[in-house]
Amino acid sequence: MLSYALRRLLSAIPTLFIIVTAAFFMMRLAPGGPFDQERTLEATVMANLNATFGLDKPLWQQYGIYLSNLFQGDMGPSFIYRDKRVHEILAEGLPISIQLGATALILALVLGAFLGSVAALRQNTKTDFSVIAVATFGITVPNFVVAPVLSLVFAVVLSWLPAQGWGQWNQMILPVIALALPQIAVVTRLIRGSMIEALRSDHVRTARAYGLPTYMVVGKHALRAAILPAISYLGPAAAALLTGSIVVEQVFNLPGIGRYFVIGALNRDYTLVMGTVVIVAVFVVVFNLIVDLLYAVLDPRVRYD
Amino acid sequence: MAKQIHSDRVLEIDNIRVTFDTPDGAVEAVRGVSMHVRRGETVAVVGESGSGKSQIMMSAMGLLASNGQATGAVRYRGEDILNLPVKKLNKIRGAKISMIFQEPMTSLDPLYTIQDQLCEPLMVHGGLSRSKARARVLELLKLVQIPDPERRMKSYPYEMSGGQRQRVMIAMALANDPDLLIADEPTTALDVTIQADILHLLAELQARLGMSILFITHDLGIVEAFADRVYVMRKGQLEEEGETQQIFQAPATDYTRMLLDAEPSGQKSAPAADAEVMLSGKDVVVTFGTPGGFLRKDTQFTAVKGIDVALHREQTIGIVGESGSGKSTLGRALLQLLPSEGRVVYLGQEISGLDRAHMRPYRDGLQMVFQDPYGSLSPRMTVSEIITEGLLVHEPGLSQRERAERAAQALEDVGLEPSMRNRFPHEFSGGQRQRIAIARAVVLRPKVIVLDEPTSALDRSVQKQVIELLRRLQKEHALSYLFISHDLAVVRALSDYVMVMRDGKVVEQGLTEQVFDNPSQQYTRDLMRAAFDLREILREKLA
Amino acid sequence: MTDMTVDTGPVQGESRSLWATAMLRLRRNKAAMASIFVLIVLALAGIFGPMLAPHSYSKVYPEFVKVKPSLESYPQEEQVIPAAESALRRARVDLGAIDVEDGKVRIEVSSDSRDIDPRISRYLDRSSVFSDAEITIDPADPKKGVIEASVQQLYFLMGTDANGRDLFSRILISLRISLMIGALATAVALTIGVIYGATAGFVGGRVDNVMMRFVDVMYSLPFVFFVILLVVFFGRNLVLMFLAVGAVEWLDMARITRGQTLSLRRREFVQAAEALGVSGRAIVRRHIIPNTAGTVIIYMTLLIPKVILLESFLSFLGLGVQEPLTSLGVLISEGAKNMRNAPFMLFYPAATMTILLFALNFLGDGLRDALDPKDR
Repeated sequence: MLSYALRRLLSAIPTLFIIVTAAFFMMRLAPGGPFDQERTLEATVMANLNATFGLDKPLWQQYGIYLSNLFQGDMGPSFIYRDKRVHEILAEGLPISIQLGATALILALVLGAFLGSVAALRQNTKTDFSVIAVATFGITVPNFVVAPVLSLVFAVVLSWLPAQGWGQWNQMILPVIALALPQIAVVTRLIRGSMIEALRSDHVRTARAYGLPTYMVVGKHALRAAILPAISYLGPAAAALLTGSIVVEQVFNLPGIGRYFVIGALNRDYTLVMGTVVIVAVFVVVFNLIVDLLYAVLDPRVRYD
Repeated sequence: MAKQIHSDRVLEIDNIRVTFDTPDGAVEAVRGVSMHVRRGETVAVVGESGSGKSQIMMSAMGLLASNGQATGAVRYRGEDILNLPVKKLNKIRGAKISMIFQEPMTSLDPLYTIQDQLCEPLMVHGGLSRSKARARVLELLKLVQIPDPERRMKSYPYEMSGGQRQRVMIAMALANDPDLLIADEPTTALDVTIQADILHLLAELQARLGMSILFITHDLGIVEAFADRVYVMRKGQLEEEGETQQIFQAPATDYTRMLLDAEPSGQKSAPAADAEVMLSGKDVVVTFGTPGGFLRKDTQFTAVKGIDVALHREQTIGIVGESGSGKSTLGRALLQLLPSEGRVVYLGQEISGLDRAHMRPYRDGLQMVFQDPYGSLSPRMTVSEIITEGLLVHEPGLSQRERAERAAQALEDVGLEPSMRNRFPHEFSGGQRQRIAIARAVVLRPKVIVLDEPTSALDRSVQKQVIELLRRLQKEHALSYLFISHDLAVVRALSDYVMVMRDGKVVEQGLTEQVFDNPSQQYTRDLMRAAFDLREILREKLA
Repeated sequence: MTDMTVDTGPVQGESRSLWATAMLRLRRNKAAMASIFVLIVLALAGIFGPMLAPHSYSKVYPEFVKVKPSLESYPQEEQVIPAAESALRRARVDLGAIDVEDGKVRIEVSSDSRDIDPRISRYLDRSSVFSDAEITIDPADPKKGVIEASVQQLYFLMGTDANGRDLFSRILISLRISLMIGALATAVALTIGVIYGATAGFVGGRVDNVMMRFVDVMYSLPFVFFVILLVVFFGRNLVLMFLAVGAVEWLDMARITRGQTLSLRRREFVQAAEALGVSGRAIVRRHIIPNTAGTVIIYMTLLIPKVILLESFLSFLGLGVQEPLTSLGVLISEGAKNMRNAPFMLFYPAATMTILLFALNFLGDGLRDALDPKDR
């Protein structure tokens, strides 16, 4: 197990390296630059700007400098927020994104497991069909629809909750729901399927044949087997949440890292974009590792060696 | 039907019917069956697959699939428990009546330790505390003779062998001193020697604890050795019932007689000593897995460890061994379907190490029939496409009509109607599918056929027909067989030479009669006894 | 013993292949059949709708910005007079009585200083509200005249957008774009994924190891971020769009196909074919592909909505197709911006998208149940 974790961590390094390299060169090879909007600038000023940000050096040299700075935890200066370093900007945004994402993920897992189990236990009844319908709806309606509608209904029409901003607990409710809804739907369907399979499995039949009360048969034996596919889905779910947070942060005007990514990309803020990509990549890689290890803890048959 | 209460009856099943609601309409799996079990008695329910014997017990225990429905009555000590609400039923199942199942590999929860799972029924029914339950679990594991029980308690099911898991299941069944133990084919998935051990354990525990046993099986050998009384079932109905002795000596119905006769019989004489050698292997070795490396475990394992074999014209070599002995691997290695070391010669031509393309010209002479009649036919091809596929490769010059004729002839050869050739495999029964698989091999006019457990997935009565078929084909086409099986009775009936394998090596070999009647190795002796003298084993150990 | 109890013959009735059985099962699934119907309708609407629609998707009606959806024609009665006034404002004439009757408008014009220029009727024609304007100048007094014009009857069933374009026409064209991207990107993902996965699964061994390792690495890339980068830096263009989306979504397909192939390879009928000497290519063609087809089809129907969603997501961020072309994501994004004063701008595109995705999802589920009944 330990050697597996170690090996996975080691193999993550080339992955991260590939990501950084690909993102760096893709951005630089594209037409346009960070100071395009200021085209009226005189050539000398432009050259000055480029020199300050090190853009006058050959590309491979810039790449080397970026890597060595990154290694020391410095993501370079931002081109649009000129008074800040990128890692400072992201350090402000990251806690918000993580808080948002983690809450949504936990909500998705708990609610999804509950709804999925209920549907599976009442298979082919009205309860089951309504859960399926709601889940299909959740998967179908993208969060860029859900988010504005939620904000319209609960913030504008009913004025129950604030429409945007960050800091108070009630400002979290709408974004978390918007972010979690599709994931709740996916987890519900996953759990429903695996739960039905688990309820039919031989070992659950054994548990029933031995007169165990239903809560034990379902809660202890069936659910643990059924939850495993949902655990492996956590990786993709986290990725989906990252994507979703781009929308949600925009709609609810939250200063998370998803928004910085879009702003950075639209403004050719090389370092800001690179910074977001690096953070996201590290996050995804580490999270996948944790998921795999968690899986091994839950399923004793899996021993990674 | 008399409704008086028989005080000595632990379980009484009265006119039970089980219906399944399927997309193709209602299917009646059990049509009005009555039976009973007396205190301390061992009753066997015997029948072929699909006879509905398991479904009776499943409905009695409230374990029917959700589309199933049962009517009638199941009385435990006079109280009707059929279709009882789960809460009430839970007071009986696991406590008064317990059950063990066919699949030891999947019947235990893979995610919890043995101890966890054994404690559950004790704590739920007996109201034991966890520590008391744990002590009782240890006791139970000792009772079912699990070696090193203190350590084994903490194991997960996947860390145990099939036989050990079945012992754990038995321990679980005995946990609350039940009145009745229902055993649903508990040894079918196990090797014969382990089967003998488990049956022996059950008999011994019954003698000691005095519970009744209801034993569901398709294996008449077990019934004869083990049961006091027998119910014979066929197509959802009771065909016959009576004392074991009586049924075996004077069966009342044709069906029972047919079942009893279905034990494979006959023998094969050896070919002339100077018969041509068709296929031979020298020092065949097969290794699986990859060697270890940086932070990586060595997964290499040798399945076949240097075996010599020579198959003569019209000879049948039976290769017997328990699961994991490497017998199937050897068969595939000889046909170059697996990478292997050693020298393999077919009709004087070395074929070992040939790649796919160079091996192709020899393939029509070297054919194979597989174990699983459901898995060995491509589900999306018609029978005639399946049979003629080999002809496309080996006799590409044939016209479509010639191919169709050959296919029709092959189907007739194996006793199937040629008119069935446009149907799909899923429309056939297991025995018919195995015939199709044999037709696919025979149509190429092969010289050697490797038969990998071709009869193991079939009911005895169907098995017998397939054996007859193989015999007839051998005579008509001068075939040589390499017959791989764990079923000693079938091997004895079909082969003239036997090789006994264990852990990738040949333990003993020789002419069939000699090996079967006069085994020289202890391992072979154990195997023979477990297969043929089950009754003696049970009796002598109990005495 | 003879063949007296020979296994009972095949089931009675027609010989049915697994496909036929599956289709029979699908036909019993009402939700799936309804979905097929809805999809056909939507596809036809996407293909032929823009040709048949009364308005071009790019035609701007400046007089009708964000008008509400209505079954009645625009302009409404009370709008005609202001529209006429604003159209003739630049004609520098005085307006007398304005009568509206039977889809015609009659305007009296006069001028104090000079004769009426007959060309002023063109001002009216230029407005999208009126047509066939004709001016009759009073023969007695050239400083007076009457303009008669027919009032347009414009129907905006789903209202108009913030630029005054017919929302219904825009939804039709966006349906076409979304379906096209869905189909093409899915085809890209499917082709790459199936070939890649089948190769890895069939060749096996070290090749398989390396190929799947690569997929694992790709999985851990934050792909959507890369797609966004691609689109931002290389400009928005349709081809790039579905190449990018297809390139992201092929990973799942590859994994699924590889898993299927691997398990099929272990099946005895593939080994039997090998024992017959059937060549590798023929095994893949005759045994592997027909047996993976079911799964592939299922995932394809489930992939299309994912692709459409991804495209809409990019469009929502303003990175998708370019004006005047549009896609459902763009429309939803615009709707979200205007939802406070024109909620229908969000409602109709969102409803269309929801219906489309619902139908695709239900069809996918139905196919899965039909082709792989174990799952239920």
